Amino acid sequence: MAADIETLDKQSATKAGAAGMPRLHQVIFAALLALALAAPFMLYPVFVMKVLCFVLFACAFNLLLGFGGLLSFGHAAYFGSASYVAAHAAKVWGLTPELAILCGTAAAAALGFVFGGLAIRRAGIYFAMVTLAFAQMVYFFALQAPFTGGEDGIQAVPRGDLLGIISLRSDLTLYFFVLAIVFTGLLLIYRIVHSPFGQVLKAIRDNEPRAVSLGYRVNRYKLAIFVLSATLAGLAGSTKALVFQLASLTDVHWTMSGEVVLMTLLGGMGTVFGPIVGAAAIVTMQNYLAGFGAWVTVIQGTIFVIGVLLFREGIVGVLSRWLKKSL
Amino acid sequence: MRKAKLLLASVAAILVATPVLADVSVKIGVMNDRSGTYADLSGEGSVVAARMAVEDFGAADKGIDVTIVSADHQNKPDIASNLARQWYDAEGVDVIADVPTSSAALAVNDITREKNKIFLVSGAATSDLTGKSCSPNTVHWTYDTWSLAHGTGQAMVETGGDSWFFLTADYAFGHALERDTSEVVKDSGGEVLGAVRHPFPGQDFSSFLLQAQASGAKVIGLANAGADTTNAIKQAREFGITQGGQSLAGLLIFITDVHALGLDTAQGLVLTEAFYWDLNDQTRDWAQRFAEAHNGSMPTMVHAGVYASVLHYLKAVEAADSKDAEAVMAKMKEMPSEDPLFGTGEVRQDGRHVHDMYLFQVKSPDESKGEWDYYKTLAIIAAERAFRPLGEGECPLVQ
Repeated sequence: MAADIETLDKQSATKAGAAGMPRLHQVIFAALLALALAAPFMLYPVFVMKVLCFVLFACAFNLLLGFGGLLSFGHAAYFGSASYVAAHAAKVWGLTPELAILCGTAAAAALGFVFGGLAIRRAGIYFAMVTLAFAQMVYFFALQAPFTGGEDGIQAVPRGDLLGIISLRSDLTLYFFVLAIVFTGLLLIYRIVHSPFGQVLKAIRDNEPRAVSLGYRVNRYKLAIFVLSATLAGLAGSTKALVFQLASLTDVHWTMSGEVVLMTLLGGMGTVFGPIVGAAAIVTMQNYLAGFGAWVTVIQGTIFVIGVLLFREGIVGVLSRWLKKSL
Repeated sequence: MRKAKLLLASVAAILVATPVLADVSVKIGVMNDRSGTYADLSGEGSVVAARMAVEDFGAADKGIDVTIVSADHQNKPDIASNLARQWYDAEGVDVIADVPTSSAALAVNDITREKNKIFLVSGAATSDLTGKSCSPNTVHWTYDTWSLAHGTGQAMVETGGDSWFFLTADYAFGHALERDTSEVVKDSGGEVLGAVRHPFPGQDFSSFLLQAQASGAKVIGLANAGADTTNAIKQAREFGITQGGQSLAGLLIFITDVHALGLDTAQGLVLTEAFYWDLNDQTRDWAQRFAEAHNGSMPTMVHAGVYASVLHYLKAVEAADSKDAEAVMAKMKEMPSEDPLFGTGEVRQDGRHVHDMYLFQVKSPDESKGEWDYYKTLAIIAAERAFRPLGEGECPLVQ
């Protein structure tokens, strides 16, 4: 069995290449970074930061759905609870922003460990329902707990000074801090997906009984990816709390869980760059169509239906098929 | 290419020319619910009211160039904060007006303070805006939870409704409303027999209403808002609660809610409001003009508040001859306010605008003489009693 893992490890290592990343992906990451560096000078920085937070959230979700094959309907729980904890840490405990974000992320990881540990015992629709149920419990907690401020949320969260030195009050300074977090998150996800661990995950996703028969402890892998995904979703949530200086019920509401599924599916589930495209598209739509009020959801729904009917693999999924290259 | 140059040149010419025409140009952003539960009581009507204020002030003749923009915050604090930031940072908005839903208003309150602009609240209820979250950049015009609780609570006890039972929405706003009103009821010599919490938002109130009925309290206080309140009133009617002699006290009800419920269902309901269109000739005239501009629907107190606060703001801009937030706020607090809807009043140090409040009872269908003839006045609550005394709000600005 050990030999099996070794050969698999070796195979995957050679496949990923010595540099760890194919040239095409390197180029795309570089282009994305360049775009992100130029964006705040052309667009409103707070809007771009919102896009970045959701990009990380969607990629974290895709890690679980696209590569782990687990459809969680309650990812808002980790995103939202992390944003509450980070907001509380920054406002009430007076921690510096990086520590507040770490607190939030750690809380999401812990929550992911507990919920994930229970949820992975079931598969398919039952798994989805269990995660949804847990997320609703977190929502109720956020509505009722004394420190969350009920429907007012935690407001006026100070952005504080990075490491106690650099003031983040300016949108532009904060932007580069957020960009650094999100980009690191994305590279980490890329690394996880293309590691031997990621290879095993894909094997489990594609054929679980076979993975079991090969001697993998499937549940441990599932739990690990669940916790990783929840942690990164938490990282996105904590960052968002600092950007908007607000943690609110919207972050833990079930519609947020639905939105991240939408972003991932629209962009392309199981692709590296799909969720980035999906998140950017949805957030941009919400922002620029805000004038239509409640119609935004109708428009989003229509676009989603069209998307699913015309290009089932999502935007990047279809591109990847045309180019015959994995994206 | 040549065309483009010409276009650029003319755009530049316009940009250069505008400041010459007007001494000061201000941009007012009306932010409220334009699609959800509060769309009727604020929504487009608030934009109409703001526009009327600009016209009545005669801004164009006085060299003040006013632009009005509007947006929907969907009653969510995150959308509201996002919008407010964008307006202040990217779109040059100087003042945000209205903003119903307390959580959204608190978010805008913080951002306005940070960006040193001005916030004229009309639609939001929370008394924290002039209490512990008070800001030197905010004026809270129309009403707040304190004044509603006191108006309705005190007056009901004084007119004989001395035992209360609360139907409370189970979240922070409901709890606060229940707590405040209970205190008032007890202070005025009444007693609170009990309270029941219903989930938010709620659809089926039957078991809660039966508990309220069984309590034997003379008054059932509805410590909830929006659709919860209207649903509870409808179901109370079906259970024959009001016909059985108990009265319902709505703690946050607007005339548009009464309009939606119909007099048959809403009759007998007691409520506190800051404004009613049929108070005097001036309010009737104004409401008539408002209705003509707004599909025949009468103004709520929120619309009236937007009108009066924008008018007072423009007067302050004229007096200060600038739109600098500090100078304008100083003028707004220094000058007494004067408008056809609220009469004379003043903006206190903590940002609270004080004026008379009214205790109304909803008429029965027989008493009503026509559409929108809904209220009879039970009592006028004088300005000095209508709002929380300056020293009790824990506002850091007052010391």
